[in-house]
Amino acid sequence: MSFPWAQEYKPQGTVSKWVDERLPLPRLVYNAVGAGYPVPRNLNYFWNFGVLAGVALVIQIVTGIVLAMHYYASVDGAFNSVEHIMRDVNSGWFIRYAHMNGASFFFIVVYIHIFRGLFYGSYKAPREMIWLLGVTIFLLMMATAFMGYVLPWGQMSFWGAQVITGFFSAIPLVGEPLRQLLLGGFAPDQAALNRFFSLHYLMPFVIAGVIILHVWALHIPGSSNPTGVSVKGEQDTVPFHPYYTAKDGFGLGIFLILFVAVTFFAPNMLGHPDNYIPANPLSTPAHIVPEWYFLPFYAILKAFTVDFGIPFTGIIIIPAKLMGVLAMFGSILLLFFLPWLDTSPVRSGHYRPLFRKFFWYGLIPCLVVLTYCGGKPPYTQWVVLSQIAAAYYFAHFLIILPIVSRIERPLPLPNSITEAVTGTPLTPAAA
Amino acid sequence: MVRLVAFLVGLFFSGMLLLGLGDTVITAIQEPAQPTAEHEFHEMPLAVNFAHDGPLGKFDRGQLQRGLKVYSEVCAACHSLKLVSFRDFAALGYSEDQVKALAKGWKTEVPSINPETGEPATRPAIPADKIPSPFANETAARAANNNALPPDLSLITKARADGPAYVYSLLMGYRDQAGYKNEEGMEILKEFPEAATPPGLNFNPWFANLNIAMAAPIAADDQVTYDDGTKATKEQMSKDVAAFLTWTAEPKMENRKSAGWAALGFLLIFTVLAWMSYKTIWADKKH
Repeated sequence: MSFPWAQEYKPQGTVSKWVDERLPLPRLVYNAVGAGYPVPRNLNYFWNFGVLAGVALVIQIVTGIVLAMHYYASVDGAFNSVEHIMRDVNSGWFIRYAHMNGASFFFIVVYIHIFRGLFYGSYKAPREMIWLLGVTIFLLMMATAFMGYVLPWGQMSFWGAQVITGFFSAIPLVGEPLRQLLLGGFAPDQAALNRFFSLHYLMPFVIAGVIILHVWALHIPGSSNPTGVSVKGEQDTVPFHPYYTAKDGFGLGIFLILFVAVTFFAPNMLGHPDNYIPANPLSTPAHIVPEWYFLPFYAILKAFTVDFGIPFTGIIIIPAKLMGVLAMFGSILLLFFLPWLDTSPVRSGHYRPLFRKFFWYGLIPCLVVLTYCGGKPPYTQWVVLSQIAAAYYFAHFLIILPIVSRIERPLPLPNSITEAVTGTPLTPAAA
Repeated sequence: MVRLVAFLVGLFFSGMLLLGLGDTVITAIQEPAQPTAEHEFHEMPLAVNFAHDGPLGKFDRGQLQRGLKVYSEVCAACHSLKLVSFRDFAALGYSEDQVKALAKGWKTEVPSINPETGEPATRPAIPADKIPSPFANETAARAANNNALPPDLSLITKARADGPAYVYSLLMGYRDQAGYKNEEGMEILKEFPEAATPPGLNFNPWFANLNIAMAAPIAADDQVTYDDGTKATKEQMSKDVAAFLTWTAEPKMENRKSAGWAALGFLLIFTVLAWMSYKTIWADKKH
């Protein structure tokens, strides 16, 4: 499960030995995130974000459990119970703001983690399974975040739930019954709120379980690195502890400073004012928008404006709404196929001149545009921009990437990680 | 096979989006979006400064007390403040006895029951009570207000973009619609005759659809007599009540900011130490 030169766990005291013989949990931790896990020595700061995502999940679970002690899942009481937490519970305002902004920071960290993987080709053999599990975690996170946003039962909670569960009604024949089954009624109401609360409490632990698989799968081939060159020998690696625990400690400090700055000084910056209005099924907000981290997908949904049918007959095969829903889910599901769409044997974007251009000048601007347009009302200029960007998004992954992989001539790779780091070719003995 | 299917799916989605793009552009050319009165005349909140702005800002207690006076003498006639209790007013600098007196003297009493008969009754408020609402329920509120519902004000500054400035601007924003021009010199009734304010509503460019049911609540200087001798101009009253409603929306704002500085200080030290250990540990490793 690791490189042959990995340090072995040697229990020192009698108790440690006794435990190790009966339940080698300390050994497991030692091999997972301790000195027993050799990691490439050349990781840059983008490799901090896996650990940071784990910290963000812990923050969410801890604050969430405390919130659940004071929260009341009722259409009459939910909104006021959140305000009770904000006003009357000791430090409740802190717990609630931390949870609210913690969700945003979890997504920021995970998005950077995903882009790290996309740029450095971390999804390629032999790490496909890590990637597949990662996309699964991302999907679970999205479901969890959506349900969590419904719980305060503000206007955006209610209308967001209305819109998102409405996606299911776009499915032909079974759509509407399916939607009613999911909601437990014709519209979001007490039944929906209760089950969302139940699932919102459950899902983080499912996520934690998949994270264990994600890390397990990571430890089979070991961590990737910015050159994308595989580890060739002991000189290419350092033990995770103390080298990367120290580096992650520093990264954690920076992350927490930013998190604290937003949580304490601009706690509502990333939220929507309408969610401080209690849910009212009789009053639709002027613009229903999801949380910022869903905006690119929301823009893709809204970008589909024409039905797919047989021209001049009026026969519609796929209505625009259904296509938007399919495309929105498809835009995430396509990530599952990425390891087989990008066939270039070179992992790192550093050594892929053409891929790098499409990544920085295509994919990143396209996602920025989608995020921006997703939050805008449907005026012509925003619709046009999101249609261009969404078209590029699908073309990038499904058409451009396979072609680029085929025609690109990668730059020469360094012979080893150590060579890339020190600048001089080294023999294993000299290191 | 995966790549072939992907290619076709990609072609389909991108193709449909480009078709949609053509459709959007053609529609925009054939039927350009008509400018609306809301779009041309709705104003963003005015720039206004408060003592509580910024990471170091603290509430001005005197201002909050003046704002409470404006709320209790003007706004409270129609608007509830359901999330605030009388005991919370201690944070505005009132003593325990003053809070008790405030509660007891509040114009609206608290719904209760007659202890003898069980019939509905009212009693004077005590510090533990929430602020009593001026109307018994939504129907009563609408019946008294030409079918409009005065919103609860507890969270109003959080429930509107740029909330404190919004409240201030709205209170100051009543205008005579006849001859009203925006900054570009466009005259509303000339350009949009259909946007004339219907009877029973009031023209206010700071309100989303320009016509608000609430008549100008702060109509004249000295509408409220301040206890601290501050001159009660319309602007002063609007500003004071906006500050007060910022406090009702977030009574823990000062705790939040001071805890934030403590947390930042701690993290700064932690991060410097973490950086130093990182540098020490990696000192012998080129990376």
